[in-house]
Amino acid sequence: MLVQQLINGLTLGSVYALIALGYTMVYGIIELINFAHGEIYMLGAYMGIISFSFLTTLHLTSPTSGATFLIMMIVAVLFCGACGVTMERVAYRPLRSASRLSPLISALGVSIFLQNFVMLAQGPRDKGFPHLFSGEGIDFPGGRISAIQIFIMATSVIMMVGLQLLVHSTTIGKAMRATAQDKQMASLVGIDVDRVISVTFLIGSALAAVAGVMVGMYYGLINFFIGYIAGIKAFTAAVLGGIGNIPGAMLGGLLLGLIEGLGAGYISSEYKDVFAFAILVMVLIFRPSGLLGKDISGRV
Amino acid sequence: MPASRRSIAIIQRPFPRIILTSLWFGLLSLPLMMELKAPFFGLERPLLVSAGVAVASLLRLVVSQRGGPGAERFQRLMGAIGGAGRDLVGQMNRRVLYVVALASAVVIPLGLNRYHIDILTQVGIYVTLALGLNIVVGLAGLLDLGYVAFYAVGAYTYGLLSTRVGLSFWEVLPLGGLLAAIFGVLLGIPVLRLRGDYLAIVTLGFGEMIRITLNNWDSVTRGPNGILGIARPKMLGFIFSTPIQYYYLILAIVLLTIFVVDRLNRSRIGRAWTAMRDDEVAAEAMGINLMRTKLLAFGLGATWAGFAGVFFAGKMTFISPESFTFFESVIILCMVVLGGMGSVPGVILGACMLVILPEMMRQFALYRMLFFGGAMVVMMVLRPQGLIASSRRRIALGPKGRQGPASAAVTSLQTG
Repeated sequence: MLVQQLINGLTLGSVYALIALGYTMVYGIIELINFAHGEIYMLGAYMGIISFSFLTTLHLTSPTSGATFLIMMIVAVLFCGACGVTMERVAYRPLRSASRLSPLISALGVSIFLQNFVMLAQGPRDKGFPHLFSGEGIDFPGGRISAIQIFIMATSVIMMVGLQLLVHSTTIGKAMRATAQDKQMASLVGIDVDRVISVTFLIGSALAAVAGVMVGMYYGLINFFIGYIAGIKAFTAAVLGGIGNIPGAMLGGLLLGLIEGLGAGYISSEYKDVFAFAILVMVLIFRPSGLLGKDISGRV
Repeated sequence: MPASRRSIAIIQRPFPRIILTSLWFGLLSLPLMMELKAPFFGLERPLLVSAGVAVASLLRLVVSQRGGPGAERFQRLMGAIGGAGRDLVGQMNRRVLYVVALASAVVIPLGLNRYHIDILTQVGIYVTLALGLNIVVGLAGLLDLGYVAFYAVGAYTYGLLSTRVGLSFWEVLPLGGLLAAIFGVLLGIPVLRLRGDYLAIVTLGFGEMIRITLNNWDSVTRGPNGILGIARPKMLGFIFSTPIQYYYLILAIVLLTIFVVDRLNRSRIGRAWTAMRDDEVAAEAMGINLMRTKLLAFGLGATWAGFAGVFFAGKMTFISPESFTFFESVIILCMVVLGGMGSVPGVILGACMLVILPEMMRQFALYRMLFFGGAMVVMMVLRPQGLIASSRRRIALGPKGRQGPASAAVTSLQTG
């Protein structure tokens, strides 16, 4: 029981971590809580289903082949990346010098718009995700880990390692770190700040898209509303780890997943969604800078 | 000129730019809107999106061609309309205007049918809610996304005390307001030290927590079934039962709200809120106790939601957690944002519009939230001060730019 809850928690946690990365990167660079980030994740899940039905209806690939799965991922990543960049251009860039409240409200507007757009275009009912993983998984004393769980954790780890490499050993990564520290200085040394911000949205959205496709396969059902709760949880994860801090978001995501898994298993599954909020409030009271973050409470 | 440079130059010219933009949005909506089984794969829908975007960008271009960038031109146009309105109001003598508005609010419903009076009562509830939220968002600049929780607190206070203890409407009305205020302060305490954007998400979480608790705490709230048989308000042996009677009751509450919020706005506290909204550090340096001022905003803002909640429970005689979702919070916020943050007439206009327009366009009910979301973005980008700007905001966010007076002063210090 305990081991099983830990495995379920870690699976969920690695997904939260992937989404939390998008929040934390955007916050690190333009200090905006991108409320619409959860919706990008939801769009990723939808793109998974849409590309799957496109491929199988036109008999382009066989439903169970690896190619189908790879194409689903790529389409979702490309589409969500494009959406993320467009969203920044339309709703956030014109407001960069506005008061703090304006971009927040704009972000909320984007979130509601996307949610309802998907509801209107794809229908309000749950959509079934294809079962692509037929693997048995591994049984061991105390529990079992299914193939899809292994896959989700492995993919998440690969994405996170890739992101760390990108941020720490490429030119664009260096530019991102510089922009996060000081936008004005960064532009003075020749960094195209607008481009860096676009790239940040692109990467964050791509990670959310991957998370969306994987969660769709894990639960088997998606609807237009999944981005809302997932968004809040991922945000909690980002705050827990210290917002603006990339390793923090990963740690926060995993921890949140574990706490939720254990909480649902041992306390009550009805209040599952309340745990995230409770953690959020506790972190904000006792350690607002998060586990790995710098002190932000008094920043001017 | 090298080819790549030339192609960029072409993209930056208005018409190719518009065509590319509209194609891009069509492309983005294509996968979500197409249907493999429909004739032509349902391609007409993304094309419609493209056309819509093209028309919108063309309109913006036409407006902006007449001088300055589009946003600024739009600002000036709206400012001119607002200015003309203000002049008219100034000439007519404010008092006369208020009396006329009040008289029409009292008399007009006498000639309307039950359905229309019910809508006006809805307007009243939302005006109260929006004015309350306006204290928190518009005056104090704290984004509260869980405002509906206080509404729920008010409604459940009356629902429970009426069905279990047997207290009357008038006994619970102040109690509901007080309890909502206490909840507001309780929520405010842990997040006071934090910056505004954290507040937004914590209040959102708080709203959800209240709703989930109401939904699951069966022994007290009866969960999703809700509370039935809440007593109607009584006064001197007279029971409120027809729509028009409820309308006058909410009208009285609205008038009280308008009076108090207007007085608060002009008071020392109101000025402290605006100062804090514009620059916390400067406000603190001027001797404003941020802790106290924020808690006051939360408490006083929540009070009105409490009152509205008690009224709502008394009118419907049935409440369930379904009435207190996140979307309710969003709609109330939308009223404040569209009408004009910090402006009492603006917020009233916003509430009227967002209740009456959806009623008039019932056939587009599905598109309502889509429109609200889009409108929030458009308003923030083109006219952040709302339809009717508050007088202080008008100065701070006027056509000169979006910077507040404080930051403008800083800029001038830096440059000169």
